Amino acid sequence: MTQFRPFSATVRSANGAAIVDLHGEINANAEAVLNGAYAEAIQGQPGRLLLNFGDVDYINSTGIALIVGVLAQARKAHVALVTYGLSAHYQEIFKITRLADFMGMVNDEAAALAG
Amino acid sequence: MASIRNRLRKPKTASPPEPTAVELAVELAPQVVLQLDLDIAPTDPLLAYLQTSGGAVDLSRLKLDSPALEQMRQDGLLVIAPLVSQGELIGVINLGDRRSEQEYTSDDRKLLDDLTAQASPAVRVAQLVRQQRLEARERERIEQELKVARLIQQTLLPRDVPHLSGWDVAAYYQPAREVGGDFYDFLYFDDGRVGFVIGDVTDKGVPAALVMATTRTLLRVIGERLVTPGAVLERVNEVLIDDIPPRMFVTCLYALLDPATGRLCFANAGHDLPFHRSAEGVHEMRATGMPLGLLPGMGYEEKEITLAPGDTVFFYSDGLAEAHSPVGEMYGFPRVQELLTGCQSHADLIACSLDSLADFTGAGWEQEDDVTLVTLHREAGSERVGVGSEDLSRHPAGEWRTLAEIEIASQPGNERLAAEQVAAAVAEVLPQARLERLKTAVAEATMNAMEHGNQYQPDVPVQIWVDESPAAVRVCIVDQGGGQFLGDAQAPDLEAKLSGLQSPRGWGLFLIQAMVDEMHVNSDDRHHALELIMNRADDGDPAAAQGA
Repeated sequence: MTQFRPFSATVRSANGAAIVDLHGEINANAEAVLNGAYAEAIQGQPGRLLLNFGDVDYINSTGIALIVGVLAQARKAHVALVTYGLSAHYQEIFKITRLADFMGMVNDEAAALAG
Repeated sequence: MASIRNRLRKPKTASPPEPTAVELAVELAPQVVLQLDLDIAPTDPLLAYLQTSGGAVDLSRLKLDSPALEQMRQDGLLVIAPLVSQGELIGVINLGDRRSEQEYTSDDRKLLDDLTAQASPAVRVAQLVRQQRLEARERERIEQELKVARLIQQTLLPRDVPHLSGWDVAAYYQPAREVGGDFYDFLYFDDGRVGFVIGDVTDKGVPAALVMATTRTLLRVIGERLVTPGAVLERVNEVLIDDIPPRMFVTCLYALLDPATGRLCFANAGHDLPFHRSAEGVHEMRATGMPLGLLPGMGYEEKEITLAPGDTVFFYSDGLAEAHSPVGEMYGFPRVQELLTGCQSHADLIACSLDSLADFTGAGWEQEDDVTLVTLHREAGSERVGVGSEDLSRHPAGEWRTLAEIEIASQPGNERLAAEQVAAAVAEVLPQARLERLKTAVAEATMNAMEHGNQYQPDVPVQIWVDESPAAVRVCIVDQGGGQFLGDAQAPDLEAKLSGLQSPRGWGLFLIQAMVDEMHVNSDDRHHALELIMNRADDGDPAAAQGA
């Protein structure tokens, strides 16, 4: 039986960038935790904000809406948003939804920090 | 005195000859009777002359350009006496030479005139009696033929209608006095599908009944071997065309119902178009095709609709649509359509139709043609809710096989449970990338069903059916939120969302549609259903390539 993990997020920094490591499911239940992680990450006024989806199991349409909200806040704060670790399926969804047009989308953390 | 008899030209009948009026008259004469067959043409002036002559006529004094007169003279006739009744020439007494070889005297002629005056009414009565006997015999023959025709038809019509869970089928058949060629039939298949046939043979009586019997048998035999209605009609046409009598043909509609899904695939060989009543209104079920038995090499268009709970299909024959009122107005298709809009209860539809027909045709109407009515209704509370559109011709109804039936309690988060269970059912069917896309679509659709349809009531489950065909996977997701409208799956405006002009939400339906190859929505007053079609593979699809 598949185990469904609740959402969690941890914030760290590297090379002037804030990195938010995302875990579990991004759905309606993730809203408070995700927004809290964003607020924490942005506090240090990083040059860029990296979202690590490598440990994310599932993103639903409400999760997409939450990411749109984060992207909107980052754009308002003039902080570049870069994602990495997305599975091929979610990369496709980010392209279909055009999120990929407004945020970087690379394969791994090294590429995200280098970009 | 020699008596010679002849006959006036009259229609020939198949009955054995009986003594004619003239023969009856000459039997009174105790002399030698010679047989003389002489036809007098209706245009021969002799007829008009005899009708007004007023008595016996001496042929030697008659000057007429008459072939019959010439023939009579050649046959040795000297005097003829017309038999006239109520101004109508009904026969002639012909006289040749007297046995004494003397001339006919005025007394002879007077005797002859008296005889014809006395005999004419009796001859006329005898003629009428004979005519009535012939007509009675002909009526008896026709009635006997009609009995045979009725027997053939009624023996071959189904004794019962299909009894299908969640469905209601009714049929009505009333032959015209002359017995038209209407027929209907139900074909049962091992996989649960049921064929509905309604047809009409041109012509009436025994010939129509025999062609009807042949067509019915062909449909049954060929229907067993071929899958789709169009192919069945095509093959029946090819076989029938060799045997059908000239100037006869058969209109026929063949519809194949999958009771499990509500899909109704149909083809039509020139029969009156059935009507489909759904939540969207009443629509003709149009599919083109020539009647059977007219031309070889015909193709028959196939269409498919899905009957949702509450939907009704009305099949009928031209005995209804082409009935006439006392002033000659035709009942017509718009009135048939109005029957479905006006009569809301499917159970009353046949009764409503007959009442409407009776009102239209008025008292004393003699039914012009057979009237055949068949109704197919999907009950509103049926277990499995039909979904889909009429545009799924590349997914023929008969090809679907059920892989799983799933119930999901309407609780937040259970959409992932639905996605995983559907994925497990089709794991061996779809490539990985397409499987991921289907999971996302199923999760989104289930979430909508739980939230909008079932209001997250845990005891109101979302029902999910998973089917496969050789070409695709189909997932039907049904909730209890009938009548809702989720809106169109338009691409959200991301710029507007990012700039705060729109809510960041509103991705669900768009995502579902983007993830699958086809999405169909269907609602009735109790249920809302979403049908997702995912083809097994698509060469041009990046998702397929990723999963390869």
